Amino acid sequence: MSWTGKILRVNLTEGSVNAEPLNMEWAQQYLGQRGLASKYLVEETDPKCDPLGPDNKMIMATGPLTGTMAATGGRYSVVTKSPLTNCIACSNSGGFIGAEMKHAGWDMIIFEGKSPSPVYLYVEDDHAELVDASEIWGTSVWYTDEWLHNRYQDPLLRISAVGRSAESGCLYAGIINDLHRAAGRSGVGTVMASKNLKAVAVRGTLGVGNIKDPARFMQVVNENKVILAENPVTGQGLPAYGTQVLMNVINEIGALPARNMQEVQFDGAHDISGEAMHEPRKSDGKPNLTTNAACFGCTIACGRISTIDKGHFTVENKAKYWGNSGGLEYEAAWALGADTEVNDLDALTYANFLCNEDGYDPITFGATVAAAMELYEMGVITDEQTGGVAFNFGSAEALAKAAEWVATGEGFGKELALGSKRLCEKYGHPELSMTVKGQEFPAYDPRGIQGIGLNYATSNRGACHVRGYTVASEVLGVPVKTDPLVTEGKPELVKAFQDATAAVDSSGLCLFTTFAWDMTNIAPQLDAACEGEWTPEKLVELGERVWNMERQYNMQAGVTKADDTLPERLKSEEGAARTGPAKGRYSEVEKMLPEYYEKRGWNEDGVPTDETLNRLGL
Amino acid sequence: MHGCLQCELACSYEHEGVFNPSRSRIRVFTFHQEGRFVPYTCTQCAEAWCQQACPVDAITLNSETGAKDVNDSACVGCKVCTIACPFGTVNYNHSTGKVIKCDLCGGDPKCVSACPTQAIVYVDADQTGYEKMRQWAKETDNNPSASA
Ligand code: SF4
Repeated sequence: MSWTGKILRVNLTEGSVNAEPLNMEWAQQYLGQRGLASKYLVEETDPKCDPLGPDNKMIMATGPLTGTMAATGGRYSVVTKSPLTNCIACSNSGGFIGAEMKHAGWDMIIFEGKSPSPVYLYVEDDHAELVDASEIWGTSVWYTDEWLHNRYQDPLLRISAVGRSAESGCLYAGIINDLHRAAGRSGVGTVMASKNLKAVAVRGTLGVGNIKDPARFMQVVNENKVILAENPVTGQGLPAYGTQVLMNVINEIGALPARNMQEVQFDGAHDISGEAMHEPRKSDGKPNLTTNAACFGCTIACGRISTIDKGHFTVENKAKYWGNSGGLEYEAAWALGADTEVNDLDALTYANFLCNEDGYDPITFGATVAAAMELYEMGVITDEQTGGVAFNFGSAEALAKAAEWVATGEGFGKELALGSKRLCEKYGHPELSMTVKGQEFPAYDPRGIQGIGLNYATSNRGACHVRGYTVASEVLGVPVKTDPLVTEGKPELVKAFQDATAAVDSSGLCLFTTFAWDMTNIAPQLDAACEGEWTPEKLVELGERVWNMERQYNMQAGVTKADDTLPERLKSEEGAARTGPAKGRYSEVEKMLPEYYEKRGWNEDGVPTDETLNRLGL
Repeated sequence: MHGCLQCELACSYEHEGVFNPSRSRIRVFTFHQEGRFVPYTCTQCAEAWCQQACPVDAITLNSETGAKDVNDSACVGCKVCTIACPFGTVNYNHSTGKVIKCDLCGGDPKCVSACPTQAIVYVDADQTGYEKMRQWAKETDNNPSASA
């Protein structure tokens, strides 16, 4: 059946840990991971609750294919209410802990309440206990990881933890697992720290042995592994360059936001690209990139393992950063680099290491630094706030300092740690925050790629590319090429991507498979593994159900039509693209929105109609 | 060699019908600081110490595959072989009370077909050096007209 059928419920207030059966009826409607955990959150919490109060819950959830041999079947999601957006948050991560949870016999872990003192959760198969974490509270993710491995003398223990940024109230802290994989966005780590929960350490030795039709499962899994291997993106581009394969491509089409999204192209793009990560550095002759790396069960292996030049100013005399660790992915390289106009690859890698070491989202962090740089150049933020550090665009020193401050919550880091929305509001320039619903944009400019702008405006977790990656179609031609500059047909495209993504995010598989797979590849793998009948149509409908459920939660939390929009800079003539193929263009999000609502079966205020809700069984 | 663990999953599934790295006969080791991943399993020694150490002759040579196979019905779970193996590739399975080790899947190792990068290959032991020799031969400059 492929679900374990078991949930671990951890009440942090009481210090209790209990097993309970999974609601199998919901599993048929919401599958797992994002969908199923959101269903539990919706049923069990008040959407108006304080995200950092004891009434919010945090759910770590696997999908039915997590822990199996299906290619990329190692994902897990963290679902909660976000302190950054006040919307529903779902952050997805690979690495190894998701599969370990499953192998220990758990579909999900629900955390509720708030512990009176710092604790961590230790799980070994059926055994689970809360343990005092006072010795690791106030330390980084990396320290915590090493401490737990030493304590249990088990190299195969898999660990998710929050760092000092989360503890000190950074609103975009993530939960880092396996040292450099992250449930990174929307402040899910901030929620975890608010519950006084430092880490989750899991060892699972039971495995997954309840596949519905094992012979058929192995056959479809193998067939689909071949499809991934033969696809140019999943078979060549991603293993060789990681997501960083996109840096030069997106810059060329004039959709690489730069200077806090004032520009749509960046002169230094090549210096921080996937290609540059392969080039020998002048100083020590070694490339930034050591190797690619895979998450559990993944035959794509897009992960980057990198080093920083030992002589680079950021790591002089700091031996702990001289070894290999998780390197730059495209979104991080863009936010830390292009958006701040810093073209120093090793400085970006350093900031990225710190994001992993102390657990905060490099996208929101980089974009917030970019906003602060704009305010600094306007003279609104001054040396008084930055402690004398010149905070100009292009300054690698400023970026490195900012990363150090946010990691520990010191000095100006306290303000940067609140994200660009609160920072810009505080300094009287809310219009300079490049966010939707309080969350910063990722690396695709809505002036040069119209569909993605509509997706940002309507995404249930604020600006986000992995809710509806229309870039696949508008830039890469997957599954069909559409013109990035036109708006016609985009509402439908956005809806299709959003619904399909919600289904993939509920399965246990990685979204990156969808460069090569569609629902007709994923459904047979689920159908062979899971109880019930899993067809492509059923999956798409499930995705739509999940999307509408998230929307309802957000509306109850206070989201309205007015929040489905983009900052003025991106949708007005004054902010129009100044260079490149999209020159003169701005996002026509408002033109696309009514049609999007209509395609979704929502009324003109963006509220799902009764008919839509009934059709989806909501 | 990227640490995906497909080999471990294929192995545990083949032998135990379950996706479970803890029950795999092959293990991938990650050296994080160096950025390296190394799959490791039994080398099927010609004079296998595990076999010699076994007090009940439960480990025998499979003449078809060359593998040293564990005969489950004979194994008493004394674990002496796990100590005798210099490489640590024989391990005890507490749920069955027997030891487990690589048996080359009867001549069709599933870790090999599962590996997406050909980091694991199955070759005739008598010819292990052949591919390397061929590559070096290609590099060797023995063109008479080019030599002095
Ligand atoms: S494609 Fe990349 S992110 Fe996705 S599972 Fe594989 S290695 Fe992890």
